[in-house]
Amino acid sequence: MKVAIIDYGSGNIKSLYNSLNFLNYTPILTNDTKEINDCDKIILPGVGSFDNCISKIHTKVDIENLKNEILFKKKFFLGICVGMQILSSFGFENRKTNGLNIIEGVVEKINTKLLPLPHVGWNNIEIIKNDEIFNGIESLLDFYFVHSYRFKVKNKEHSLAETNYGEKFSSVIKKDNVYGVQFHPEKSQSYGLKFLSNFLKL
Amino acid sequence: MKKKRLIPILLLQNGKIVQSRNFNSYQILGSPINAIKRLSEWASDELIFLDISNNDNYDLDRDDYNVENLSNLLDIVENVSKKTFMPITVGGKIKTLKDIEIRLSKCADKVSINSEAFYNKEIIKEASKEFGSQCIVSSIDVKKNGNFYYVYVQGGKKNTEIKIHDWLNFVQDQGSGEILLNSIDMDGQGKGYDLNLIESVKDHIKVPLIIAGGVGDYNDFCIGLSYNHIDAVAAANIFHYKDQSVYYAKKMLFEKGLNIREPDLFNLEYEDDLL
Repeated sequence: MKVAIIDYGSGNIKSLYNSLNFLNYTPILTNDTKEINDCDKIILPGVGSFDNCISKIHTKVDIENLKNEILFKKKFFLGICVGMQILSSFGFENRKTNGLNIIEGVVEKINTKLLPLPHVGWNNIEIIKNDEIFNGIESLLDFYFVHSYRFKVKNKEHSLAETNYGEKFSSVIKKDNVYGVQFHPEKSQSYGLKFLSNFLKL
Repeated sequence: MKKKRLIPILLLQNGKIVQSRNFNSYQILGSPINAIKRLSEWASDELIFLDISNNDNYDLDRDDYNVENLSNLLDIVENVSKKTFMPITVGGKIKTLKDIEIRLSKCADKVSINSEAFYNKEIIKEASKEFGSQCIVSSIDVKKNGNFYYVYVQGGKKNTEIKIHDWLNFVQDQGSGEILLNSIDMDGQGKGYDLNLIESVKDHIKVPLIIAGGVGDYNDFCIGLSYNHIDAVAAANIFHYKDQSVYYAKKMLFEKGLNIREPDLFNLEYEDDLL
């Protein structure tokens, strides 16, 4: 099986690469259309701001092709952190920006009710809908988060797990073959690796 | 609920892992590889690597434990990140956005900026704009002079004559995502964190606060974590005294009912379950 990690100049993708390596996979770091199309699964990382990631991905990646791979060829896809957020319809970080509109919803600042931002550290996820991605992962285990904005899905059915930080937000989402995760599985030790391993086994 | 964090700090001076006392006497520890392994146990919530070298010459003892040739701090970071899947902050000698980019490309998730924020008042703003606030930690070294706490730079050698409250407001306004607050007075003393300093910054903290400097026993972590405005407790020296020290510290805190993650004593047998 071939896995592509989309390299568009956002974030520490080497850690993601290392974690897949640890699981005995050798992913391809690429933004090349042909290489992406040759892969069976696609992972989209992302750190920084929504608007910055969107503008970077538009310059580096053929978005229509990527959407084709996801929406019509139905390749399993995983967006991580801002890589998940940009799957939304709109983001409101710095300015209103169109997302890739693959999972309907908006990305807005977390209403932390006085808790400090960014939301940095280990927080638990409550599984609200069972899915293969949680094989061997019980509800309420801790994962590593670092973000100030959260994805509010339009259709509640798309939310698989929630996390509480001042307010409850979706920490794992899914629509058909597309998964998104707000925490960093590549930085979440045992259960993060388990989560990635589950995705790779889909 | 979000957990509070326990963060080991590795101090590297010219390629050696060292213990520090008041920022001016440094003791070199035996095997760097053992020290790295000990502190990067999976019971740690994050790792902070601070380069406190005077120059860029590294000479790391190697060959033990079959660890690849480690020629400098970033190689160490890169190696650690192949085996420990947790967030890593790298600090020391950061002067430009390029310096940050290099560290991030070598598997750092965040960087900590200290002296340069004083010499270049724009760097935090520019860095947080480029890499995101979540990536920029302000490391602040503080020493008491008379009745006030002042910010020191250049490894604690130069008093900026800026009061801690003013500096906290500045670095947070500029876009720092976290604060790492070090007490020079308490550093290496083993007498506990500087509680007066902690109290005095209470109303000036808007982002997660990590405290460091002075831990003598695990109970000092309990005291630190009991403050609402402290998100993480960090230490360097204490973790070097025995094996699995991070695990034992974490276990003690967890058993005392503190809001931290249950310690995970990673061993290689467990690796098979992950595949």
